[in-house]
Amino acid sequence: MASLKELSTRKDPLTGGHRMCPGCGAPIVVRQILMASKDPVVVVSATGCLEVSTTIFPYSAWTVPFLHNAFENAGATMSGVEAAYQNLKKKGKMTEHVNFVAFGGDGGTYDIGLQSLSGAMERGHDMLYVCYNNEAYMNTGVQRSGATPMGANTTTEPAGKVLQGKREWRKDLTEIMVAHSIPYVAQGIIGNWSDLTRKAEKAFSIRGPKFINVLQPCRLGWGYKPDSTLELARRAYETCVWPVYEVENGVYKISKPKEKKPVVEYLKGQDRFRHLFKPGNEKLIADIQAEVDRRWNLLLAKEATK
Amino acid sequence: MSKIVAKTGNEAMAEAMRQINPDVVAAYPITPATEIVMIFAKYVADGLVDTNFVAVESEHSAMSACVGASAAGVRVMTGTSSQGLCLMYEILPIAAALRLPIVMCDVNRAISGPINIHCDHSDTMAARDFGWLQIFSENSQEAYDSLIQAIRIAEDPRVHLPTMVTTDGFIISHCLDKIEILDDKDVTAFIGQDRKANNRLLDLKNPTSVGLLDLQDYYFEHRVPVAQAMKDSKKVILEVADEFAKKFGRKYGLIEEYKLADAEVAIVALGSTCGTAKVVIDELRAKGVKAGMLKIRVFRPFPAEEIVKALSNVKALAVLDRSDTWSAQGGQVFTEIRSAFYEAAKKPKITNFIYGLGGREIDLPQLHTVFESLKNIDKQPVVQYLGVRE
Amino acid sequence: MSEKPGWKSLPEGDVVKAGTAAEFKTGDWRSERPVWFPERCIHCLFCWISCPDSSIIVKDQKMTGIDYDHCKGCGICAKECPVKPQKALEMKPERGEETCQK
Repeated sequence: MASLKELSTRKDPLTGGHRMCPGCGAPIVVRQILMASKDPVVVVSATGCLEVSTTIFPYSAWTVPFLHNAFENAGATMSGVEAAYQNLKKKGKMTEHVNFVAFGGDGGTYDIGLQSLSGAMERGHDMLYVCYNNEAYMNTGVQRSGATPMGANTTTEPAGKVLQGKREWRKDLTEIMVAHSIPYVAQGIIGNWSDLTRKAEKAFSIRGPKFINVLQPCRLGWGYKPDSTLELARRAYETCVWPVYEVENGVYKISKPKEKKPVVEYLKGQDRFRHLFKPGNEKLIADIQAEVDRRWNLLLAKEATK
Repeated sequence: MSKIVAKTGNEAMAEAMRQINPDVVAAYPITPATEIVMIFAKYVADGLVDTNFVAVESEHSAMSACVGASAAGVRVMTGTSSQGLCLMYEILPIAAALRLPIVMCDVNRAISGPINIHCDHSDTMAARDFGWLQIFSENSQEAYDSLIQAIRIAEDPRVHLPTMVTTDGFIISHCLDKIEILDDKDVTAFIGQDRKANNRLLDLKNPTSVGLLDLQDYYFEHRVPVAQAMKDSKKVILEVADEFAKKFGRKYGLIEEYKLADAEVAIVALGSTCGTAKVVIDELRAKGVKAGMLKIRVFRPFPAEEIVKALSNVKALAVLDRSDTWSAQGGQVFTEIRSAFYEAAKKPKITNFIYGLGGREIDLPQLHTVFESLKNIDKQPVVQYLGVRE
Repeated sequence: MSEKPGWKSLPEGDVVKAGTAAEFKTGDWRSERPVWFPERCIHCLFCWISCPDSSIIVKDQKMTGIDYDHCKGCGICAKECPVKPQKALEMKPERGEETCQK
């Protein structure tokens, strides 16, 4: 695995001067993933915070080849780029190895882009798809997505006098990707650079479709101080709200926290969950804890059955 | 050596695709265009082409993959129809704005609802405002010839716009027709071995960012060049047609005039209906009626000047639309032709017939009715539906 | 009037050369600035790998300063700095008085 010193000698895929919020986790995802590649990379991004904020004409923060097409089609667009590359390679017009990386937010990945992603993975294109998952449509102002956790306050399922934020459990996209039987699927966080870059390195060492789902706290949508982006991601890991694991050729490998902390340790630092701490909502927190435990145990069981 | 063979429209288009040998094809099945990609997929399976075929999971992904591949700098084709084209609509103007010379085989079919698999022009006409060149075909031969020409036109640096070549669903796509297939080598020589890429996402030494966000200060400046390229493409279409005629003998233009020189009554039509109309015009001419027809081959760019010039001596004109704008002001072809005549000193009286929706047959008696109505054009409503039960 | 190019001068398509955002300064977004204390720095580069704005300057695998033209003052670098008891990066109010080795 590359050390930070070694990584620091590689090309930074982004310049400063993009318009992401101060403390945004999305560019951290991009830097940690792409700098893990020793080979040239070509990037496609779905429409979203990352795309609009890094490419306001005539300013692009991308130092590597970059293409944006639309919102729901990063998987399909990259399929085309990769097919073109394979054709050029077949004809001897390109010789160097290229790592193809598509980025999509959770809206562009879990929801509107799911079909396009599923197709691209099923067809076996040699690409890594990375979901920078901030658990809501942040670019349009914090609307609920299939990735939004139960109880979170969003602008389309807000906490009010009668309802207490999102009523549904989040979709488990990582497991949906595992069900595609692709060679490599992983879940990570931005609060652990060595784990995330190692996962990216592993993904780049494998030919075929790969998927990494990265939890990326959003200070605007989640409501916390911008310096805490990485710390909050680590708390999601420590409480097993966001398990960090990988599935290589169907074999699960989970990073287990030293001590599994209660979910309140994660929920309490975020404005989006503040209403859960009002009197009368104790059951909601208990429900969330029970669901986190259920999913965590399910995951442990998958690791155990090799 | 060229050869004369019997082929359906779909087979003719698939044959042209084999000879074009595109680098990437991304497509999804849809009646009545499915055969084109099925036949082509067999060519891929048999190693007759060098194409990387991406059998995507939807037409939206087909066009998305085409944009990705074309941005990567290679020659890209696809094929679709109706609902499939509708599903592509979101991505069609992106392909145009990125100036990607993707070429599409488009088989005209009605759009839902109700669901219907047969021919009309609603799908293609609804795509008229997305910055794609649109070429209509009267028969399989035209479809074959136009597809080969489309590669040259789309990839011309003065154009660099995506292009769709259309046939009429089932009427052309599934009917056997005698056509001349050119020699493989002649096709390659005509279109050039490779696309000269205007967009190279895969240029690793000179990295670029493609498809950026434009705000109020740049969006307009990125859209107007599409209009300019569309305007400039007329000349290119004619140049390519001239070269094609010199090499292969068949002559094409933006429009085709049929017995228009001295015509007093005339119709305008697109696609397969033109073949039927020619029979009616011959019958009328035999009776001494000075009837004629203007066939529009290229709908985008719209050949307004050429149409006005060709029809200025006509006294009464019926425009046949196989689709409707639902504006109560007539079909797409009618509204554009009427607008084109606004400044003209000499112009015919014009009426509109919307016909053939959902594959409703257009027969000789119906077309005679149209010509008959031109005797009393002053009494005709602006737009009427032909061949519908009331 | 505007100095921006007209459509005839723009490159074809919606394309720019890579990395032009470096010309766009976001430093004036800051209300706080990270101040680096080189004598405390252990060059672990945690700040560098954690910076959302690529604003930690590293040369020859060592931190050499902060790009104040682009740093938005989020404070992640200071928070992630592992040096104890005093961090090598501290957030200070943006007054322009604090200086930093570049």
